[in-house]
Order: sequence, then structure tokens, then C-alpha cells
Amino acid sequence: MRDDIIETRWHGRGGQGAITAAKIVAEAAFRSGYSGVVMAPTFGTERRGAPVFTSLKFAKSKIYDLSPITTPDMVIVLDHLLLEEVDVAAGLKPGGLVVVNSPKPPEAYRYEGMRVATADVTNIALSGGLPAGIVNTGIIGAFGKAAGLIPIDILCTAIETEFAGKNGKKNAEVARTTFENTRVGGL
Amino acid sequence: MHIIESGNVAAAFGVKMAEAAVIAAYPITPQTPLTEKLSELVDAGEMDAQYIPVESEHSALAVCIAASSAGSRTFTATSANGLLYMNEQLHWAAGARLPIVMCVVNRGIGAPWTVWNDHQDAISQRDTGWIQLYACDHQQIFDTVLKAFRLAETVSIPVMVCYDGYILSHTYMPFALPDMEAVRKFLPPFAPAYFLDPARPKNLNTVTLPDIRPDIRGETAPGYMEIRHNLHTDMRKSLDVLSDIEKEFKDIFGRGGYPFIEPYRVSDADYVAVCMGSLSYHLRDVIDTLRAEGISVGVAGLRVYRPFPDRAIADAFSHKKGLIVFEKALSYGNQGALFADIKSALYAKTDRPFVRNYILGLGGREIKTTELADALRNSCKPSSATTDRPEWIGLKM
Repeated sequence: MRDDIIETRWHGRGGQGAITAAKIVAEAAFRSGYSGVVMAPTFGTERRGAPVFTSLKFAKSKIYDLSPITTPDMVIVLDHLLLEEVDVAAGLKPGGLVVVNSPKPPEAYRYEGMRVATADVTNIALSGGLPAGIVNTGIIGAFGKAAGLIPIDILCTAIETEFAGKNGKKNAEVARTTFENTRVGGL
Repeated sequence: MHIIESGNVAAAFGVKMAEAAVIAAYPITPQTPLTEKLSELVDAGEMDAQYIPVESEHSALAVCIAASSAGSRTFTATSANGLLYMNEQLHWAAGARLPIVMCVVNRGIGAPWTVWNDHQDAISQRDTGWIQLYACDHQQIFDTVLKAFRLAETVSIPVMVCYDGYILSHTYMPFALPDMEAVRKFLPPFAPAYFLDPARPKNLNTVTLPDIRPDIRGETAPGYMEIRHNLHTDMRKSLDVLSDIEKEFKDIFGRGGYPFIEPYRVSDADYVAVCMGSLSYHLRDVIDTLRAEGISVGVAGLRVYRPFPDRAIADAFSHKKGLIVFEKALSYGNQGALFADIKSALYAKTDRPFVRNYILGLGGREIKTTELADALRNSCKPSSATTDRPEWIGLKM
């Protein structure tokens, strides 16, 4: 099968905005030259607060296979407490990347043969003036830094486009601050 | 301009740009976000249309029948059991020759309840006299809605635009929105040949006697059987109309060009996988893998199911060694409906391929790429023969 498709999986809780985050990144990926973009939320029975995930694939040409991701290149986790409930690294490719919203450094986590990146998105977002618990834009900055695939400026523009007005600016600033404060661990 | 949105929103933008005047719909998963989007667009004044909320799918189509009879461009959408609840009105809309367009966001049928994708809902309605078109991605959903209005209004037959629930309806991908000017050029305002007009009262679709008879003006009026014959012959003619519309669409928008069969690596293939909807795109990667293994196979997506493009199918495939038909629906007690139709289309040809049938993905059962590849590896052999019963993929018995 195709090996040029970058497969990412976004883990959050129902209502936390993981789908919106993935949608914003989809937009930014497309604007930065990935003409093939497919974002597929979990299908069916989502509940508020329950663990949910959404898949985002992108490639330099059209993606025809819409089947769910089973072997992601990276996973992005909006809430570090999910790590105790969900095997977020399931199927992760060797050398893959785990991006976590966590106050702890990457070294606090052990994923054999994987890289870990962390950022304290929850506190950065609060300091940036967002309501408590809004982490789905900050995490995009952490993804931007750790993945290094999509320029932070394009990610921030996509955030501003998604949220009209002052909120857009605020969310984009939080993403930028998170980008600057993301710690990326080694293999 | 490209936007990234869900398949349901792609459909809603198609309806908006088609400038539909009346929308009546009842929400049902996975169609709901489509009708929600349309109600938002109407509420925000971005669409100059009447959005009529109703208490059931039967009423939704009844409202559409009335609005269309009054000469309005009319749209509805549904899924699964909602479509079945419309059944009586489906026949009515076709018999009354009303150019209603409906999106069917394909979902399995209960009992037992499922909200996930297969094609049993639309396939079970194949004999209602509606045209059925199938889309493979968001661009095709948007484009097909425009083509559907053009086709319906040209041939006076209602059209279903079918696309896979969740797989397309809830997935986000980029698609292009054309200029309004180009859309209006392709789809001029609806100008019905006749419609309900209080100034000129008339009866429509009253009891029609078995035999022909003079009408009130003394002219011979068709009987029931003539009316049915006309529906059938106009359905057959609509294949040519669809072909012309597709050509014109490509001239204006630079996309499409495949009214009946959308091929991928088919022309030089010995074997061809055939299916409808997003699965035909999913199979493209599988085809590439098998080609790399030296297996001469391609995939063809069928874009129209009723009227059945039997001649196009016979011409495209009669010289192939084998066809493998993948279906997300079943005619219980017989075989896949598409499989039977394809065999029938090939029967008149003396030199014809073997045809095999796989049933898969019912009620949203995951369709694994590896399973598709294995099915094709097993089937694409000179020793394969036509079967009379389907095999199943992903069945865990």
C-alpha cells in the first residue's frame, strides 16, 4: 500500500474538540501543499467525556483509501490522563511520535522505540486567556513543533480562520506559545 | 475555491448552489448534518428557500411532491429506515414525473438497528422509478447534486444521489466550489412544462382506467399502462441525457466525464473489480498493489444504477476475462442485485467474462484493504468460473 501518506490519530474526550483540532490541521496541511487530506472522526456513538479519537491522513496527492488508520505515524493526546485509559500508542509505527498535553517532561513517559513530545497546554491556554479546559488549539502548536511538517504560521492562520474574531487571535497565540514551549524527547 | 468539509456539507453546498427553492426533510443519522446545514443556510438568509420541517420522512416527501407539482425546485434527503418510510411516496413522485432530487446517505437497515454504512437502503428501492446516481468522494457529491437537478428536470424523473454514510458523510476532505455564474450556466432556473396553478385548476394523477379513453377535450388520454411504458422508455432515454449532461459539465467545470462507469487501470486489465460508491476509490490502492505483483486487474466504479447502463457495461467488459462484483447489499435468497444485473447485461454477448460476487461491509463492518487484496488474488485466475451465489468478505462465523 502507499507509504507516502502521513497518518495521525488525535485522542481526546467527547466535547474536548479533538475533531476541531484535526479539522484545523487538515486545513493547514492542505494550504501547505498536501493536496490529499482526509479527516475521519470516530463513527457512531460518541458521548461527552468518553475517550474518542479522530484520524487525519495527509499526502502530496489525492488519498483514495478512506479506511480507518491502524498504523499511525504519530498520535496526539489532548489529555494526559487518557494515557491511563486508552492504549494511545496502539499500532504506532516504529520510531513514531507521541505528542501529549502534559505538565511533565517527555522523559516521564516510556514508549519503547518511540519519540515523545510534551507541552503543558492546559496552563499555557489559561495564561493565554482561554477558558479552563480549552486545549484543542494549543495542542496544534505542540503538534507543529514535534512533527515539523506544517509551518506554525500556516497552522495559526488556520486557527484564526476556524474561530472568527478576537477568539481566533487568542487561540492562535496560544498555539504559537505552545509551539515555543514544546519539549521533544529523543528515541 | 477549495474548502475542507464533510460529505454532508458538500451535498448541502450543492443544493445551495443549485438554488433549490423548497426543502423538506426529517433528520436521521447519518443524513442529519446535511439537513442541519441547509436549515442554517436558509435561516441565515444565505439561501432563498423555504425549509419546511416535518414530522416524518413520509411527510417530507409528500411536501416535496406538492412543492414540485407547484413548479418549485425541490430537495430532500434521508437514510435507511427513513427512505423505507418514504416508499409509497417514492413510487408516487416517480409516477407523477416530478423532478425531485434526494440525497440518500447510505446506511444499513434495521432490524437489528444499525447506523453504519451499507447500500441496502437504496438498492431495496431500485424499482420505484427513481434514477439512482452514486458518488465516490466529496467533489462527486457536490457535482452530482448539480447534475441530478439538471437530469431530473430534463427527463421529468426524480433522482437519488447516493453516497456512503459516515465513510463520506462524516469524513472531511477538500473539494472545489465553482463560481455561481458557471453553475447557473450549467443549471438554468427550473421551468416546468406544467404545474399546479390556481388560475387554471386541474386534476393530477387521478384514477386512471385500464384502457385508454377520451379526456374532457375529446383527445385520447393514455391509460395506466401507457403511462408506465412512458416512464420506462424515458428512464432508458435518460442514459443518453445523462451522457450529454456529463459532457457539458466537463466542458464547463473541467471535471468528470464518466456518466456510467469510472475506470481505473481498466483498459489493459484482464480482470476488473466492479462496485459502487467510495469502495471503488478504496480499491484503487489495492489495484496498484496487485499490479505490482503482476496481476492484471483494474477497478470500475458504477456511477448510475437505475437506469441500468447495461450496454455500456457489456461494451466495456465483454472482452475481459473476469469481473469481480463487490456489493454492500444483497437480494436475500438470491445474490447481490448488482451481480445479477451485470450477468444479465453480459448474457447477450457470446464471448463474456466469468462473474463473481463478494458481499462485504454490511452494517458498517470494516472493509480491510488486505481482505480486498486477498479476494482479488483468489478470483483473478484463468481457472475462475461464474458463480451463482455470493461469497462473503469479513464474515466471522
